Amino acid sequence: MKRLIASAMLALSLGAAAPASAFEPESTDTIKLMVADWSSMLIDTEILNIILSTYGYSVETVVADDSARYPGFETGDLTIALETWQTTQDKPFTKSLATGNVLDMGELGPHAKEEWWYPSYMEEKCPGLPDWKALKNCAEAFSSPETAPKGRYLGAPVSWGGFDEERVKALDLPFEVVHAGTEAAMFAELQSAYERKAPIILWVYQPHWVPSVFSGSFVKFPPYEEACYTDPSWGENKTAAHDCGKPEGWIKKMAWAGGEKVWPCAYDIVRKFTLDGKELGDLVYEVDVKGRAVNEVAMEWAKTNEAKWRSWAACAEK
Amino acid sequence: MADVLARPKDATGGHGLWIGLALTLVVVAASLLMPASFTHLSDQALLPVSDWVGAGMNWFARDAAIFGIKIADLTRALAAAAQMPIDWLKFMLADGWVKGAGFNKVHLAPPLSWLGVILTAALLGLRLSGRGLAVLTLLAGAYLVFFGLWASAMTTLASVVICVVAALVLGLAMGIWAYRSAHAEIWLRAVMNVMQTVPIFSYLLPTLLLFGYGPSAALFATVVYALPPMVHATVLALRSVPSETLELARMTGCSRAQTLWKVELPVAAPRLAIGLNQVVMMTLNMVIIASMIGAGGLGYDVLRALRRLDFGAGFEAGMGIVALAVVLDRLTQAAAHNQSTGQQGLWSRRDTLIAALLLIVPTVASLALPALSAWPGAWTLTTAPFWNGAVSLINQNFYEPLEAIRTGMLLGVMNPFRNLLQSAPWSLVLAALVLAGYALGGVRTALTVFLLLLFVLVTGYWQAAMSSIYLTVLSVALALAIGLPFGIWVSGHPRLHHPVQLALDTLQTLPTLVYLLPAVMLFRNGDFSALIAIVSYAVAPAVRYGMAGMAHVPSERIEAALMSGCTPWQSFRFVRLPAALPTLILGVNQTVMMALSMLVIAALVGTRELGQEVYTSLSRGETGPGIVAGLCVAAIALVADALLKSGALRAARHEGEAHA
Repeated sequence: MKRLIASAMLALSLGAAAPASAFEPESTDTIKLMVADWSSMLIDTEILNIILSTYGYSVETVVADDSARYPGFETGDLTIALETWQTTQDKPFTKSLATGNVLDMGELGPHAKEEWWYPSYMEEKCPGLPDWKALKNCAEAFSSPETAPKGRYLGAPVSWGGFDEERVKALDLPFEVVHAGTEAAMFAELQSAYERKAPIILWVYQPHWVPSVFSGSFVKFPPYEEACYTDPSWGENKTAAHDCGKPEGWIKKMAWAGGEKVWPCAYDIVRKFTLDGKELGDLVYEVDVKGRAVNEVAMEWAKTNEAKWRSWAACAEK
Repeated sequence: MADVLARPKDATGGHGLWIGLALTLVVVAASLLMPASFTHLSDQALLPVSDWVGAGMNWFARDAAIFGIKIADLTRALAAAAQMPIDWLKFMLADGWVKGAGFNKVHLAPPLSWLGVILTAALLGLRLSGRGLAVLTLLAGAYLVFFGLWASAMTTLASVVICVVAALVLGLAMGIWAYRSAHAEIWLRAVMNVMQTVPIFSYLLPTLLLFGYGPSAALFATVVYALPPMVHATVLALRSVPSETLELARMTGCSRAQTLWKVELPVAAPRLAIGLNQVVMMTLNMVIIASMIGAGGLGYDVLRALRRLDFGAGFEAGMGIVALAVVLDRLTQAAAHNQSTGQQGLWSRRDTLIAALLLIVPTVASLALPALSAWPGAWTLTTAPFWNGAVSLINQNFYEPLEAIRTGMLLGVMNPFRNLLQSAPWSLVLAALVLAGYALGGVRTALTVFLLLLFVLVTGYWQAAMSSIYLTVLSVALALAIGLPFGIWVSGHPRLHHPVQLALDTLQTLPTLVYLLPAVMLFRNGDFSALIAIVSYAVAPAVRYGMAGMAHVPSERIEAALMSGCTPWQSFRFVRLPAALPTLILGVNQTVMMALSMLVIAALVGTRELGQEVYTSLSRGETGPGIVAGLCVAAIALVADALLKSGALRAARHEGEAHA
C-alpha cells in the first residue's frame, strides 16, 4: 500500500511540475517578511509574498512585534517590512537607520492618521465638535461614574505611546486617560457604546476598518509640528510641550541593508511596491468586517492586478 | 499576606468594618509619623537591576560563546532542528505536500484526510479505554471538521504534540535526576518554582533573541512553561513507590536501569499521569500566546476573530482548542492508566493494519473527492451570529444594571482597597509580612519573605507590586468564596463529578480572551474586567481542591461523628472541615498561583500593575524591565507560597495532635 502511495505521489509530482517563469532568483536564501498584528500589514505582506514567490524566491513570513522589530532587522533575522508608521515608529526607525544596517525603501502609499475620535451621535451632546475646545465644556457628557465630573478618554495600549496624558495636561482638558489593554479591547468598548448610543471618545487610527463601519469624526487639535513635542514655548500652552494633535504621516517600507547584495531584484520589486490608501482600506474591510481569509483576499488582488505588479518586477520579467 | 488575605472576607462580617478602619488609621498614622524614606523609597536607593539584566541578556544572546561557538548560533541550530518535526507533522496533518508558492503553488499530495485521522483516533480511544472515549473523539473531530476548524486544529496539534513530547521527556529526565540526587533536587525545585511563577511574557523576548522569530521560539517558551509540573509530578511519583517494592527489585538483582524502567516507572505511572495531564493542559493553554509569536493554528484564529470583534467565531475557535485538549488528555490518561494496571496487548497487529487502511484509503480517495481532504467552506456550520447577537442583546438590555454593579464594586471596594495598599508605607507592609512569616513558619520563612520583598523594593516595582497584590487578593477572595463551597457541595454528589471535571477543563483551556472581550463590552477596560478574568480562571483550582479535600476525609471519622449524634452541620464543621483543612489550604495556594499567572492576561484589558509592566516591556522590546518585573511577580508568588505552605503544615500538625 505504501508503495502505491509513493508511486502515486511520484506520478503527481512529475505531472505537476509546471514550468515556472524563466527567471532564476539571485539566491536561494529565504527572504523573511515581517508581519505585525494588524490587518493591513498582514494583507500587503501576503501580496508581496505572492509576488516574490511567483518569481521563485524562497519567502517566509515571520510574526514580530511592531516596536520589537529593530534588532531583527539590524542582524538580518528579518529582511523586509512593508509598514513602518511615522505616527508611532518615527524615532526608533530613524535611530535604526543611523546604524547603517537598515534601509529606507520608500513610502508604501497610504497616509497614516491617528487621533481622538468620537461617534457622530456625540455631536448633539457636545456642540462645537470637532474643534478640541468644545471638549473643555462638555467633559461631563463623556464621563463615567468613576471619572465624573471629568471625561473618560479611552487611550491605546500603553506600549503604543502617543503622549495623551501630556496632551490632556498641556491643553488643560478635564479628562482622565484610561488605557485599553489591547486594540481588540479598545474597540470592543466602542462597539458596546455605539450599540447603546452611549458616550465614548477614544483613540482611532487609519487605514483601519473602524472608521468605515462606525460613523464619527476625529477631533481637530492644533496641528502637529515637531516643535510642539520638543519646545514648551510652542503653541497654546507656553510652559508645556504636547499642546497639539498627534503627528500624521507616511507609512514606509524598510529592509535589512545586507539583503541588497543578496537579492537585488527582490529589493527593486519592494521599492516599487505601492498601494493607495483607499485600495488598502477596501482590502482591510474584506478581511476584518467580512471575515474573509487574508490569503484569499490577497490572491484575489494579485489576480486582478497582475499587469500592475508584473510591471514592478521588470528585473524579473526579462 | 495572611492578614491582608483575610481582610476582604472579614469585611463582609460584623467587625470587619472595625478592622478595616483600624488598619486605615494605622496606615495614616504611620505615614505621618515615619520619616519619608520609610514610606516611599527614594529613587537613589533603587538598584538599576533591570539595566543589568537587559545588558546581560543582550550580551548572552549576541556575543556570548563557549568553546568559540556563539551561544546564539547553538540555539539557532537547536531551533532549526526543532522546526523539522513540526514541519513534518504539519505536512502530514495540515498542509499536504506543496511545492512553490504564489502563482506557481502546486499541491503535490494532499494531507491525511480528516476522516482517516478521526477514525484512527477513535479506534485508539476504543482500544485504550472503550466506547465512551471513541464517541468523545468522534464528536470532537466532527466539531472541528464541520465548523471549518480542521486545518488550523491540525497545525496546532502538530506543535502541541512536539511540545508535549519534549516537556514529557525533559520533565521525566529532570525529575529522575532530582529523585536520585538530593543536591540536584534543592536546586531544581528552586528553579522550577521560579519558572512556574514568572509570567511567560517576560521571557518571550529573550527566547526570540535566542531562537529567532517564529514557531520554534513559541515551542521553546511553551516547553519552559509546561515543564515544572512534570518535574514535580515525577519526583512525587517516584517517591511514592513503596520501599518493599524497591527492596524486592534489589533482591532479585535488578540493575539500576532495570529498577527504573521495569519497577519504579510502571509503579509510579498513575501519579506520572497527573503530571502528563498538567503538561497537556498547560501546553494548550499556551496556544494563544504562542500564536502571538508566529505559531499559527487555532490560537491565531481566535486572535483574528477577536480583532474584528467577531466574538462568536472567537468562541468557536476557542472551543476547538478545548476539544483538542480534552481528547488529548483523555487519550493520554487512558494510556497511562493501562500502563499502571499492566494491561497489555490491547492494540493488536490487526489494529495497526486497520489504522493504516483508515488513514490511507480516505486520503487516496480525497484525490478524487477533495471534500475528504479539505471540508468545503460552503458546507461549514457556524453559530457565530447567534453568539454575537446574544452579546449585543445583553449589551443593549442589561448594561445599566451591570454598570451599577461595576461602579459599586469599583468605588466601594476596589478603589479604597487599592488606595490603602498603595499609600501604606513599605516598611509597614514589609514588617507585617515578615512577622506573619515568623508566626507561621519561624525564622526561615521570615527570612525568605524578607529577602523576596527586598528584591521587589530595591528594583523599584513596589508600587506596581502593591497594585498586583490588591488585584490578586480580591480575585482570590472571590474565587475561593465561590469555588470552595461549590467544590465541597459537589463532592457530596458523585453524579456531578464528571460534568464538573469537564467544565473545569473547559474553563482552564478555553482561551481567556474569548470571554474577556465580551466582558470588556459590558464592564469596560479596567480593573473590574480584569477581576472577572482572574476569578473565572482561578476558580477552577478552588473547586478542584474543595472536591479533593472532602473526598479524602477518612470515612471512619464521619461515621464516628454520625454515631455520636452529630447533626450534618456539626459533622461538617467539627469533623470534615478540620480534616480537609490542609488540602483546602493547598487549594488556596494553587488559587493564588493561578491568579498571579493571570495578571499578564489581565493586562490585556488595561490594568496598571506588574502584569502591565511585563506586557508593555514585551511590546517595547525591553528585555531587562520585562524580566525583572516578571521576577517580582514570581517573588510575590513565592512569598504567598511560603506563608501558605507553613500555614498548611501548621494546620496539619494541629489536626494530627487533635486526633493523637
